Amino acid sequence: MLEVSNLACSRGDHRLFSGLSFALHPGQIMQVQGENGSGKTSLLRTLCGFLMPDEGDILWNGSSVSELQEEYYAEMLYLGHLNAIKDELSGLENLRISAGMSGIELSEKDAIAALRRMGLKGRELLPTKVLSQGQRRRVALARLLVSDAKLWVLDEPLAALDVAAVALIEELIAEHLARQGMVIFTTHQPLQVAGMEMRTLTLTRAGSGSRGRPA
Amino acid sequence: MAINWFKYSAPTTFYGLAGKLIPWFGISAAILFAVGLYIGFYVAPTDYQQGEFYRIIFIHVPSSIISMFLYLIMAGYAALGLIFNTRLSSMMATAIAPTGALFAFISLWTGALWGKPMWGAWWVWDARLTSELILLFLYLGYIALHASIDDPRRADRASALLAIVGSVNVPIIYFSVKWWNTLHQGSTIKFSGTSMHVAMQQAMFITLVACWLYAIAVILARVRSIILERERHTKWITELPEVKN
Amino acid sequence: MKKETMSGLFMLVIRRDLMLAMRRRADVLTTLIFFVMVVSLFPLGVGPEMDMLRKMAPGVLWVAALLSSMLSLGRLFSADHLDGTLEQMMLAPQSLSMLVLGKMVAHWMVSGLPLVLMAPVLGIQFDMSAEALGVLIIGLLLGTPILSMIGGIGAALTLGLRGGGVLLSLLVLPLCIPVLIFGTGAVEAVSTGLSVASHLSLLGALLVLALAFTPWVTAQALRISME
Repeated sequence: MLEVSNLACSRGDHRLFSGLSFALHPGQIMQVQGENGSGKTSLLRTLCGFLMPDEGDILWNGSSVSELQEEYYAEMLYLGHLNAIKDELSGLENLRISAGMSGIELSEKDAIAALRRMGLKGRELLPTKVLSQGQRRRVALARLLVSDAKLWVLDEPLAALDVAAVALIEELIAEHLARQGMVIFTTHQPLQVAGMEMRTLTLTRAGSGSRGRPA
Repeated sequence: MAINWFKYSAPTTFYGLAGKLIPWFGISAAILFAVGLYIGFYVAPTDYQQGEFYRIIFIHVPSSIISMFLYLIMAGYAALGLIFNTRLSSMMATAIAPTGALFAFISLWTGALWGKPMWGAWWVWDARLTSELILLFLYLGYIALHASIDDPRRADRASALLAIVGSVNVPIIYFSVKWWNTLHQGSTIKFSGTSMHVAMQQAMFITLVACWLYAIAVILARVRSIILERERHTKWITELPEVKN
Repeated sequence: MKKETMSGLFMLVIRRDLMLAMRRRADVLTTLIFFVMVVSLFPLGVGPEMDMLRKMAPGVLWVAALLSSMLSLGRLFSADHLDGTLEQMMLAPQSLSMLVLGKMVAHWMVSGLPLVLMAPVLGIQFDMSAEALGVLIIGLLLGTPILSMIGGIGAALTLGLRGGGVLLSLLVLPLCIPVLIFGTGAVEAVSTGLSVASHLSLLGALLVLALAFTPWVTAQALRISME
């Protein structure tokens, strides 16, 4: 379970948000909404430990994330704007290495199956620099299929994807939630998960910073 | 006393305190400089070995000592800022660096001025002078790194880490330079082996204290301007008479 | 799906970086060519008199190795930083210091080791004796990893900055001076008859210190730079 209490963050001189509190339980999905610049990406990055909050705590299963460090990282997965894949390596090599980095030894067979499910059949062995934007995003998203992380932190996962791929991601998220996983994400495109009640957290720029209202 | 420190560790209160202290430090520095240099240049006798030129040590030695101590103090403040996340500590470290670099530079320059009449060369690869040169590079590296980073928080923390790594390295560097110097039978700039005349000791001590006072005054002034710049968005700054104009 | 251990992840990072270096062979070669060119500049600059060159050789070779290492250090983290793989490494379930050490080892194998292998060839051009060449190689073998590791701290601190390689060199070169002094001292001790072993053991001690501290310091520097 992810618990955030009284979180406040700034970027340089600029206070992004303050007094943010919410809890995310297994099986729940939360969308972070807000205008550009309201601090959505910064919030997600703070949850990953990249940004230090000015105030407040982030707790994972009751313990502070800054104390847990690697134990917390073992249970979460982050997908940001950058794909985190190497151009010179093939989709297959990239996926096996990404999985290895998150602590999972992925066999070639399983990796190829995952890439195929992402719609990359026939392109698994090509260096990713020859793939299109959307295909590269799919290689990056293939990690969702092979990860055993409980918390997914996704920053605009649907960017550069076509309709079929969007449907696939929605399916993957549904499967993850059914396994008692958690998802917190931002998106500029509509994302619907069948039969799931979507919680929202809205960051609004109000004078000296955003306020978050979890629903 | 403990309570006092914490009160002054906030930029707001420190700003006021520093402002009051600067004139005291500045004036006493000026007075002591005058006294020290008078004793050094007029009262102390001519050295039988080195003639009149030795008098430059009254500036050279204090600036060497201070440049080295300031680096350690800077690293100390930097460490405080990194560990405890106190803004003022980082600002102090940033304020110290240019003064430290200046003293290192003065030390090198006066070392050269001293060396020329002695050895006929503007520069000698003496172990201490060489270490001083490396110290100047360390200072310049700190300043350059801080200046290259736009985000003030990252700038403070990155240069703090650099300062700490540097200060750990300083003994290693000094040792290796001494080693190098003895290996190559390099020249050593040393004052005459005989004990120093009382007046010379007095002059040295007084100019040392004067340099410290000057350093403190300058650093306090600099940290005030850093506070003004960093905190310019906060309310208490806009209420200051200097800012309201 | 099996779980990776810490040493497994360490080896994975090294394998990955070596794989990437193989696919971008130009990067590896340019460092080596730079090394050769810098060394060749000295005789051109000071004249071909053999006595003088023999005396200068240890210094020239070590300084050139130092500068070549500095050049290649920019690449240690920048590519991973730009495509987002560095962030993912910071979210690995094992200690970041371990991963950083893995990257440093791979970097040394790609940029430092070739210099060590090339140096004796260049040393012959300077008429160095066989014994001197031997000490040079051992010294470089001990010293170039230290340069990679200290440089790693600089690379992490200057991640993504405009000043780039020059700033990195400015920060790191003063810290590398002890390595330079002991490395060249060892070679000179061959001809002056002083203790070679003491110089090399000092280098060895610095290597141990670097191994113990630089990965952790570099990991902290990365966290600072990624904020």
